[in-house]
Amino acid sequence: MAIIVDRNTKVIVQGITGSQGRFHTERMLKYGTRIVAGVTPGKEGQSVHGVPVYNTVEKAVKQTGADASIIFVPAPFAADAFMEAVEAGLKTVVVITEGIPVHDELKMYHKAKKEGVTLIGPNTPGILSVGETHLGIMPTHVFKPGPVGIVSRSGTLTYQVGAYLTSLYVGQSTVLGIGGDRIVGLTFVEVLEKFEKDPQTKLVILIGEIGGTAEEEAAEYIKSKMTKPVVGYIAGITAPSGKRMGHAGAIIEGGRGTAESKIKALESAGAKVGKTPLEVAQIAKQILEKGQ
Amino acid sequence: MKLHEYQAKQFFAKHGIPIPKGKLATTPEEVEQAARELGGKVVLKSQILVGGRGKAGAIRLANSPEEARRVAEELFGRVFKGHVVKKIYVEEQLDIAREMYVGYVLDRAKKGFTLIVSSVGGMEIEEIAAKHPDKISKTTIDPVYGLWDFQVRNALYKASMPSEYFKEVFRIAKKLYEILTTYEAELTEINPLVVTGDGKIVAADARLNIDDNALFRHKDLEQLRDYTEEDQLERIAVERGLNYVKLDGNIGVIANGAGMSMATMDLIYIMGGKPANFLDVGGGASSEVVKKAIETILMDKNVKVIFINIFGGITRCDEVARGIVKALSEMEIGVPIVIRLAGTNEEEGRKILEDFIRETGIKLHIAKTMEEGAKMAVELARKMEEGGEA
Repeated sequence: MAIIVDRNTKVIVQGITGSQGRFHTERMLKYGTRIVAGVTPGKEGQSVHGVPVYNTVEKAVKQTGADASIIFVPAPFAADAFMEAVEAGLKTVVVITEGIPVHDELKMYHKAKKEGVTLIGPNTPGILSVGETHLGIMPTHVFKPGPVGIVSRSGTLTYQVGAYLTSLYVGQSTVLGIGGDRIVGLTFVEVLEKFEKDPQTKLVILIGEIGGTAEEEAAEYIKSKMTKPVVGYIAGITAPSGKRMGHAGAIIEGGRGTAESKIKALESAGAKVGKTPLEVAQIAKQILEKGQ
Repeated sequence: MKLHEYQAKQFFAKHGIPIPKGKLATTPEEVEQAARELGGKVVLKSQILVGGRGKAGAIRLANSPEEARRVAEELFGRVFKGHVVKKIYVEEQLDIAREMYVGYVLDRAKKGFTLIVSSVGGMEIEEIAAKHPDKISKTTIDPVYGLWDFQVRNALYKASMPSEYFKEVFRIAKKLYEILTTYEAELTEINPLVVTGDGKIVAADARLNIDDNALFRHKDLEQLRDYTEEDQLERIAVERGLNYVKLDGNIGVIANGAGMSMATMDLIYIMGGKPANFLDVGGGASSEVVKKAIETILMDKNVKVIFINIFGGITRCDEVARGIVKALSEMEIGVPIVIRLAGTNEEEGRKILEDFIRETGIKLHIAKTMEEGAKMAVELARKMEEGGEA
């Protein structure tokens, strides 16, 4: 079991002929992802690592029956690529691209809601259903199948926590990056809902960071609806106010979005919050062992 | 990208939002001349990209051209909240009968821009909301369908907007939305929106922040960026393609990934030290990038120790180690370096570093976990500050 995507998900890669698209298509194929087509306008007839390339998403879907897409298209064209995927009927779209204008992202978000599309990202490392499929750019070998669901706003930090978990012999169910931008599709709350329902997932690790209120909203959900244990980590306790810390969304604005506020919200919702990535993995292991 | 008040006001005027008469000046002489042209009684507004200029003393009144010159002599070169005054916007003094507020801010939770209107103003919007909840309204706009007249009307009614100002504030709120969308701003506000003694409504201040990610569609705006306003080190880092933010500690941080870089800073703090910066070298971390990162960090003279914390994902640790070795062979560092390499091919990476230490005698401190690395860096920084050898 896994959330959102599994071994049967048929995937299109938009921007497959670019260097990122090519590189990650090969890695995803090796992991076992069912990539059925690629799309780059003007490149129809070519193939990338054996994957046929089409001019339009519409045609790629018609020819292959794909149901998901992963987008590697550069920022100026990424929103357009997303709209094309949705219009072609795809219901899961992962947007890897970083640097998309926020006015575009707002339109993407509302389009996804209106059409019932699961938008993962933008600015995400993607989704990995461990041992099944990978729509993303993660170092998949650090993850092993198991009971821990991970949802995160940060890529490398997720790999680090995953690697610590694996070294403690604790595996993972699905690993999902919601993206580092201010406006992203899938939210913490929606992913928690899915993990709550997923029989494989016994515990969830939530990795947040400064900026916005997504962690506070997650805390509300954990308090009122979640029965599975949640272990949190929040990056940025030393981040100054008003400075963007790498991610477009990682900024404390007008005193809002501090790490303290998020840690407090999670703790008062009953979640344990680790002070370091290693501690997060250790707490998760302890809780799982106690539960058995 | 934040625009200065005088720049934002040019856009406001272009879109039909009334602004006071004003002139930009860069010397006390120009200020005096501008004051004379504006009738003598003026406001001197330091053009620095920080909030709360009034309270900080960066906005001053002058009642004659001579006084304007004297005040300008005091203001030029002064530092407010870390920002040096290099330009002063000289404006006619307004006869203020009432202050109000109109603005658009991004609501990340509601996924849209929110129109905020208040029939009182002259203070921070948070303060207005707390003190006068009946005089403020917030309306989130659907970015797909845009702003409709009824939304502005309802917003003004809810904010108890007096009927005599209703029509003009309605018009200004709509124009401001036009500015928000035309230039792809991430924030724009008029605080205060002033009613003058003779009943005119003018934007006494102007804020317009453009989304950096949208600048590729607004090439003409990019040239308005005021680099003198940005920290010099951060500017150099941007030119080198690095994601760098200066902090006030003494342990330089190099990590890969934004979250990882923040987590590294936090760890240093938890272990009792103070990080000197945020620096994300991103995915690849080639020797060239590592070298640039170290060079940038060493320009900050407070740095006593460097902590390089890399998690090799797709990037292999042996590649990163070669990068670090190459960078260290080509430059004089002068401060101790703690390195933690983990993830893909970490054994090979560590071996490359150990061989380098053996062959060159250059001292590197190798940590097994990021937690251990942070602890080592904090201890080394303490020794360095005490004047000892690390």
